[in-house]
Amino acid sequence: MEDRKDPIQDLLDGPVAVINIGLAQFARTLEGQGVAAVQVDWCPPAGGDRRMIDLLDKLGA
Amino acid sequence: MSAGVAATRTRAGFYLDSVALMRISQAVQDLAGVSAAFLTMGSPSNKELLLDAGLLDAGAEAAGPNDLVIAVRADDRDALRAAFETAEAALSGPATGGGEDSGWNPRSLETGLRALPAANLAIVSVPGAFAAREARRALERGLNVMLFSDNVPVREEVALKALARERGLLMMGPDCGTAIVAGAPIGFANAVPRGDIGLVAASGTGLQEVACLIARAGGGISHGIGVGGRDLGAAVGGAMTLAAIDALDRDEATRRVVLISKPPDPDTARRIADRIAASPKRFTLCCIGMAPMDLPENARQAATLREAAEDALKGAGGAEPGATLREASRRFRHAKGSVRGLFSGGSLCAEAQAVLMAAGIAFVSNVPIPGAEDASSGHRLIDLGADEFTRGRPHPMIEPAVRDAPLKEALADPDVGVVLVDVVLGHGSHEDPAGRLAAVLAPHDREAPVVIASVCGTDRDPQNRAAQVETLREAGVVVAESNAGAAETAAALLAG
Repeated sequence: MEDRKDPIQDLLDGPVAVINIGLAQFARTLEGQGVAAVQVDWCPPAGGDRRMIDLLDKLGA
Repeated sequence: MSAGVAATRTRAGFYLDSVALMRISQAVQDLAGVSAAFLTMGSPSNKELLLDAGLLDAGAEAAGPNDLVIAVRADDRDALRAAFETAEAALSGPATGGGEDSGWNPRSLETGLRALPAANLAIVSVPGAFAAREARRALERGLNVMLFSDNVPVREEVALKALARERGLLMMGPDCGTAIVAGAPIGFANAVPRGDIGLVAASGTGLQEVACLIARAGGGISHGIGVGGRDLGAAVGGAMTLAAIDALDRDEATRRVVLISKPPDPDTARRIADRIAASPKRFTLCCIGMAPMDLPENARQAATLREAAEDALKGAGGAEPGATLREASRRFRHAKGSVRGLFSGGSLCAEAQAVLMAAGIAFVSNVPIPGAEDASSGHRLIDLGADEFTRGRPHPMIEPAVRDAPLKEALADPDVGVVLVDVVLGHGSHEDPAGRLAAVLAPHDREAPVVIASVCGTDRDPQNRAAQVETLREAGVVVAESNAGAAETAAALLAG
């Protein structure tokens, strides 16, 4: 990714390759279309504790 | 109403996405003797929902955002036990990741990128409170983003889109459910052929309807870029619409561009018009409910989604066939009856309003377009996908059962003469929305009111449009060629 000159054109030129964060059905549908997709099993970070999340972000975690 | 027995169970540290949970909730709710069923994560907003339903006991109150709560009210102990058994069985089934596709999945964006280093798009659909954070992390790692989540504050949207512009990335959304990129239908999108028409849309079902009308008339779509419903508002100022126009301008596969939105903020509209004037390509603007505006020579304004598709196709496509009105007239027995529109697509509801307004028919809507009269006429056009209907419930495109109750009410209402409905097909949508409609219609008298439907989709969609149309016709529904055509047929019936 680092060397891409125009990431929007790269997307439009295809092929589309997806990281799916959230609703798993989106990744399943894409895979069914032959689109490369990786499902991330997301859950609220730091148990959903807002202050802890802000702290994690500050630490770059 | 709250008679019977109620109970909750909590599964600590069991996170499941909202669509999967709503599907299970609906299945439990459909069991005999169950009056209410919620499977939901223990976030503050979800607990509020349980409180409103009278189902927030001490156990549910103690649950956190990573804990799953199952809350049920049933007629008796047996029904309650059956409800919990069904819910627990579904939670260990394949749809939840606990069954056949329970292989290892990454737990973070970073590990996801290691698994797919060629990734060029992140789709983010986590709860609104966490959505901007995930989108920002994806943009910072050089990924274009489609942000499906809603309830993202507008200041966060402005910041995300500024970051995207700085990095030369697309930031589609928030509240973007539909895109078609390089032939891939993403989110709620239809299977349409590739072609030379590019779409930029602040509306999911607007994009779907225009893409399907173009496809069914023999045209094709280069890309359909969603920008989120607020992009052309004053705060965001068209940031992603402009980026999308830039991209489609450079894209050799795109010869014409259709912009679909609610009426934009005036300053933003001027900025968009100036940008269009600098483009060598031809544009169609469809901002349903917008007054005629000054546009450069390479742009035309369309009043409806159908008109936008026709303009992009240079006039191909066309008006509703006369047979639709003849069929509707044959079934219309209630000349003084009012129109009740029950829509799952927000833009389809807006388009129907534009059609009725152009025919001089006053109406009421929960999502009125500019100039809509809040009349006491009795005609009502309702967007069932609006927030007030979807709080804690699935969107009607995912679960058409959401339309059952208002549909039954309309069918039984002696003042209703015409029921207008949309059936939205495509990836992400329910597998058989027409079948669900037909099941509700079956016990009713077919003569009054007349039900007029449009089916947004193609024969290549998973549901197959031709089969869905056939199901509706067998149920006595008049099927129009487009949503605009359905609304025109209703207006023509009222005019006699």
